Parts: sequence; structure tokens; C-alpha cells
Amino acid sequence: MSPGVSSAKGLISEFLEWFGDLGIFFWRVVRAAVTPPFEFGELFRQLDEIGSKSLPLVALAGAATGVVLSLEARYSLTRFGAKSLLPAAIVFSIIHETGPIITGLVVSGRAGAGIGAELASMKVTEQIDAIEVSAVNPYRLLAATRILACILMLPLLTLAADFCGLLMGWVTQAMVEPVSLHQFINAGFNGADFNDFLPPTFKTMVFGLIIGLVACFQGMRTQGGAAGVGRAATSSVVLSSLFVILADVVLVKLIIIFFP
Amino acid sequence: MDTLDQIATQREEAEQNGSAPVLTVEDVHKSFGSQNVLNGITLSVKRGETLAVLGRSGTGKSVLLRLVVGLEKPDSGLVRIHGQDIAGLALDQLGEIRKKMGFLFQHAALYDSLTVEQNVAFPLQHHKKEMSRPEKAARVRQLLAEVGMEGHFAKMPSDISGGMQKRVGLARALALEPDILLLDEPTAGLDPISAAEIDDLVLKLQQEHHMASIVVTHDLHSAKTIANRLALLNQGKVVIEGDFEELQKSDIEFVREFLRHS
Repeated sequence: MSPGVSSAKGLISEFLEWFGDLGIFFWRVVRAAVTPPFEFGELFRQLDEIGSKSLPLVALAGAATGVVLSLEARYSLTRFGAKSLLPAAIVFSIIHETGPIITGLVVSGRAGAGIGAELASMKVTEQIDAIEVSAVNPYRLLAATRILACILMLPLLTLAADFCGLLMGWVTQAMVEPVSLHQFINAGFNGADFNDFLPPTFKTMVFGLIIGLVACFQGMRTQGGAAGVGRAATSSVVLSSLFVILADVVLVKLIIIFFP
Repeated sequence: MDTLDQIATQREEAEQNGSAPVLTVEDVHKSFGSQNVLNGITLSVKRGETLAVLGRSGTGKSVLLRLVVGLEKPDSGLVRIHGQDIAGLALDQLGEIRKKMGFLFQHAALYDSLTVEQNVAFPLQHHKKEMSRPEKAARVRQLLAEVGMEGHFAKMPSDISGGMQKRVGLARALALEPDILLLDEPTAGLDPISAAEIDDLVLKLQQEHHMASIVVTHDLHSAKTIANRLALLNQGKVVIEGDFEELQKSDIEFVREFLRHS
């Protein structure tokens, strides 16, 4: 067997092993999460940590996206003589796709790295072992609470990103050509219904699951001191961002099928 | 069911009066990959007894403690706590056994996001729901006073010395009033005075709480001070087990060499 084939086989086997371990980890977390005692205190702490502390960054990213979209769409639509569609283009683009994916990627960068590094640091300093030895289930206390917080906060953060994006989209347009917010919203949401708004917003719960799960998994399986902590933080961000983008491809298709 | 209850009661009585061991390790083997760490270890500890496990670095002393507390599973052999084999237990079932055990980690493993007081309160908050908040606070104060850490309640673990961290770790290990105490290198990395203070503290706590203890150490002086019995490990096996005099009288080359260099 050539070295290339052998190394490809090794990579595939490593990849499958990683997925297998992730599946086992997920099963343990689910089992711990649905059985009492429930760790509400830690859950609220994580909601604050992941939610309110990611809010400024998400809002800023959403606002910047709104500005860019407004500038770019104006230029393109004017070229094709469809300038009147500008508010709708901004609104649909933000609530359908840009708001959710930007939120997913920003949270995976901020919270994913934070969770991965925190749990990895706890792992290498035996704090997770100490939790286990204290007869407290670390899957329940550490993983389930963080994953649930990510799942619950992502749609709310998406709303914030959407709001800031739309607001800044309007501001950008109003600076070039005076238009009231009322007119902008009316024109933008003309013909839109809940199917345009709810499924894309709630799909971010899947992004939250991916970010929380991957970051907790990478953190809690860390080995090798400070270098291991660094690796866990990096791999948490890289893998969760990658899986968020891949999941988005599938979710967009499913939303088109089930919510036409 | 009555018979099972009777057996459990008899076992408990036997453990209380010291005729039955609280903790047994029977022919345990453990490897990591191709490296055999433990090759058939058999040990037991009774209530009120302290066993010091000695040996060179990398002979599997800490692995032995991790097996006893269920953080690792043996490849073969049995680990029994109060007569129950812990190998096949699920995490929550194992939790019930772990409530009866206290563990002091080599580097204390204090939760770095919690204060000293919150670290000691951690087991109480999770397992003593029946205790009111003032009762828990009083218990934490009492535990910290026992280990000489009054006045450091609000400090973070990073703000106290290694010796102090071990004291806090010890207080946390005692929070649920365990009947088994496991200490992993309690004096490692400490200056001689702090090490002697920790030894005295462990000895005092042993006498007060009358627990079954295993102390893993390579500090012979510390082992002599706090243990009734010593077991010397080499290449994953118990080379000799007995009191210090028995070790001194031994003709085994490794034992003599170990004592000579200690």
C-alpha cells in the first residue's frame, strides 16, 4: 500500500473515531440533561455568559452587515434598474440568511473559543476530575448547561443581529436618499410572512447545539497541558464554524422544502 | 431482600469494628496502550487505618488512586468499596459511592472560578439539599478552621500558596464526612515546613474522623508520620507491604535501595 493511501486511511479512521466519540459524548450529555438534579444556577450563569456577553459583538457584526448589504445591494440593483427592491433585498437577505449565519459564526468564535478553553483548562488541572469525584456529573454541570445556553441564546442573539442589520441598512440608505424608517420597513416586509422570519431564526438553535456540543467535547477531552488548552480553543472555533456553515447548507434546503 | 439487608448490616458492623476492610483492590491490572502500569495489585484498607503507597515516579501510584475512586477502570481485577464492585457502575451510581469518599488531588484541583469558601461549599451545595444556607456556611467555616484556613474565605485559589491550596483541598475532601480519604502526593512540591504541617494536619484529621485512608507519596518521612502501613510499588506490583520496621528489615534489593535513597 502506498504511503498516500495509508495516510488517507488513517485520516478517515481518525475522523470516524472522532465522530463516534462525539456521538457517545452527546448521548451522555442528553442522558445527564434529562435526569435530575437540574443545574439551573449554572444554566442561568451560562445564559448570561454566552448571551449577554456576546450581545455587543453580535450587534456590531449585524450592524456592519446591514451597512455592507445596503451599499452593495444599492450598487447592484441600481445597475439592473431594480432600485425600488432595495428595502426588500436588505430585509430578506438579513432575516433569511445573513443575520443567522453571522450570529452563528460570531458566537462560535467568541463562545466556542471561551467554552473550549475554559473546559480544557479545567480538564488539564484536574478540576473536571474533582467535580466527578465530588459525585457531581460533569456532563450535567458543565456540558449540558453550556449546550442548552447556546441553543436558547442563539435565536435571541439572531434577533439582535437582524434588528441592528435592518436599522443600519436603513440608516445607510437614508444617508444617500432620504427615506423614513416606516417606509423602509413597509417596503422591506411587503409580501413577507412568518415563514420568512421564524424558520431562519429558529434554525440557529441547531447552530447553538453545534457550537456548544463541539466546544464542550473538544474542551473536555483535552490532553497535554497549556498546548492542549490552546489546541482545544482553536479546534473548537474551527470545527464549530465549519459545522455551522455545513449545517446551514442542509437547513436552508430543508426550510425551502418545508416552509415554501 | 431481608437477607440482603442483613448482609449489608453485618458488613457495615464488621467495617465499623475494623474486622472487614472498607476498601479492597483485588488483582488489578491496568495498561495504557502498550504500557503496563499495574500488574496485579492487591490491597485492602480498614476503617481507621492509613495505608501509604510508596514507589518511584511512574510506577502507577496515582493510577491506583484513580482506579479506587472510579476515574479509571481496571483492565481486570476488582475494586470494591464497602463490598461493592465499582467497575460496572454508571456515573450516577458511582456518585453515590463517591459521596463516601474524599479525594485530595496532587495539585489540589481547586475550582479556579470559585473562592476558597465556594470551593469547600461545592459538595455541600450539590448533596446536602436538606441543609439551610446558614448551616452550610457554618459547616464551611468549621472545615476551613479545621485545616487552619480561617480568614481566607473570600480569596481565590490563585491568590493562595500551594500549601494553602492543599489545605483547602483537604477541607473540600472532608465536606461530606467521608469514610474513605484518598490523598495523592499531599506534600509534593511543598517546602519542608509546609510539608510537615500538612502531615500533622492529615494525622490530626485521621484521628478525629477515623477514616480508611490511602496516601500516595514518594516521601518516606511523610509516609512514616501519617501511615500505619506502607506498601512499596515497583513495576506495577506490590514489592512489600507492612509497617516501617518490616520495610527496614527486608532483604529485597529494591526495598533496600529505596530506603537508602529516601
